[in-house]
Amino acid sequence: MGTPELILAHTDERDLAQLDEYRAIGGYRSLARARELEPAALIQAITDATLRGRGGAGFPMGRKASLIDQKNPRKYVVVNADESEPGAFKDREIMGRNPHLLIEGCLITARAIEAHAVFIYIRGEYLTEYEILDRAVEDARAADLFGDVDVVVHRGAGAYICGEESALLESLEGKRGQPRPRPPFPPVTGLYAKPTQINNVQTIATVPKILELGVEEFAKIGVPSSPGTAVFSLSGNVARPGNYELPLGTPLRSLIYDVGGGIPDGRAIKGIIPGGSSVPILTPDQLDTPLDYDSIQAAGSFFGSAAVIVVDDRCCMVQLALRAAKFYMHESCGKCTPCREGTRWLVQLLTRIEEGDAVDADLELLESVCSRMLGRSLCALGDFAVYPVSSYLRKFRGEFQQHVDEGACPYGAESSIAGIEAPIDAHMHHPTVEVPG
Amino acid sequence: MSTFYDEVQALKARYPDWLSATMPALRLAQEKHGYLSPDALRECANALGTTPAFCESVATFYDMLHLQPVGRHMVEVCTNLPCALAGAQRVVEAFEEQLGLRAGETTGDGEITFRTVECLGGCGRATVVAVDERYHEFVTPEKVPEIVGAVRGNA
Ligand SMILES: Cc1cc2nc3c(=O)[nH]c(=O)nc-3n(C[C@H](O)[C@H](O)[C@H](O)COP(=O)(O)O)c2cc1C
Ligand code: SF4
Ligand code: FES
Repeated sequence: MGTPELILAHTDERDLAQLDEYRAIGGYRSLARARELEPAALIQAITDATLRGRGGAGFPMGRKASLIDQKNPRKYVVVNADESEPGAFKDREIMGRNPHLLIEGCLITARAIEAHAVFIYIRGEYLTEYEILDRAVEDARAADLFGDVDVVVHRGAGAYICGEESALLESLEGKRGQPRPRPPFPPVTGLYAKPTQINNVQTIATVPKILELGVEEFAKIGVPSSPGTAVFSLSGNVARPGNYELPLGTPLRSLIYDVGGGIPDGRAIKGIIPGGSSVPILTPDQLDTPLDYDSIQAAGSFFGSAAVIVVDDRCCMVQLALRAAKFYMHESCGKCTPCREGTRWLVQLLTRIEEGDAVDADLELLESVCSRMLGRSLCALGDFAVYPVSSYLRKFRGEFQQHVDEGACPYGAESSIAGIEAPIDAHMHHPTVEVPG
Repeated sequence: MSTFYDEVQALKARYPDWLSATMPALRLAQEKHGYLSPDALRECANALGTTPAFCESVATFYDMLHLQPVGRHMVEVCTNLPCALAGAQRVVEAFEEQLGLRAGETTGDGEITFRTVECLGGCGRATVVAVDERYHEFVTPEKVPEIVGAVRGNA
């Protein structure tokens, strides 16, 4: 497509996990440049580049850095590599194929906030990527690239909520990963109650590219409100799923049809989930939406983690909502009432609707549970649980109503996801796990 | 050869606060004991310098830490939305048939625990199956016998 690849550039031709290969394409030159600059100038560059967080909320990285108390002698950089949002698999690819770019970004970020310790919190399931990243860290250390900074790769152990930044910090401190009340935010009170810069893998991996290109050249990529590229994770009912790095602002249609090869088997698109399973669904009439933070929000959804899930017309939306709801119920940490109780209610109501046992009032009850949860939880997971359910209900109301009117699922076993099991279903067919022998 | 106790001390030294070594220490204990049995939790707590109850409270929070016995091998199928759309349920059923159990159970010989899991971060290569933490991608029901055979082969 002739698009400027930044993060994944050269990964097809070379094994960039090897330090000498990474150096051969100019790797660690941005770090050398950064070490000639004052920390304040680095923060200024990141701010001027309008680098927005690629982990979900799109908050400008430079603004976070400027909130850090530079005088505090102990500060930390934490990389959020917990990637667990259903649909997202970009950070895994970045760590597996270009680990030194992430490490270089960590070292530049550490210099920017004058921190001496970096922690990369990688989700526990990513064993292969952990091994690649850990080896790259040791190679960079052995090559004396660290200076007075230490980098530790810390493995999670399976909990979606640990991607939420304050839960991640709790987990990194060796506790249950339950979110903290905020404020104070991490730049003020973060890891071990010290000022902490926490960012997504891709955000940090973009930092060396800003120094390499210069702020002006970087800002020419993408759109003015969101410069740069994003690695879009394309999945679901699409001919060529995969990770594609494209400039922000690329139209959704272009990602799905030009890059992704369209919808297989001559099917029609029913909906597109543009930012991972936690964001509201879009409909085919919104295919011209540009993929950047502000445009997707204007279309009624969120950029999220740039994970685009395509759903074709064989899928029952009640079944899809129920499967999503079971995920959020499973992952709710249980700390606050609206989320702990609400996620359970969503699953029970959707089960009743799918099984054809619901009455009209149940649809209103479902709406009411959604509105009572929204904005009332300690962290955003409470909202994430609502967005899929409330948006499928709003946009496919007729289909939900049909379940009630017909007293059965109109798709039944014909739905593409019929009978799909979730981890929380396991206890239903065996109350206690028994291990023989 | 270093002992479990020594390895945990090395883990503690990696962090500004020893408490951060809790999760890696639990993982080590699980590798040693097969699962986090009361003995494993006691040994872990002793090496960390904390209580078994604290270790247990942390361990219960995480899906990859097991407080019940599990098979020597773990086979996990992702059934989250993108894998579901690619037909993950048929893969689940193929494993259930091949292994003669339901998701969440362990084979009669104690060799293989089979379960469904949430998104593994391989959605563009659905259906994703993890065998002892190594990913198999683009798995279809037809590939299930081969995967089971390989697991049994190195059992
Ligand atoms: C339930 C939940 C899960 C999250 N999971 C992730 C994740 O896996 N990876 C990530 O980078 N951010 C995740 N986030 C967003 C983080 O809280 C935070 O915004 C992000 O790490 C900030 O980095 P960024 O500014 O570079 O995007 C999650 C948020 C919530 C509420
Ligand atoms: S919203 Fe849910 S996940 Fe977040 S703190 Fe409350 S109970 Fe925990
Ligand atoms: S949904 Fe299966 S790996 Fe993401």
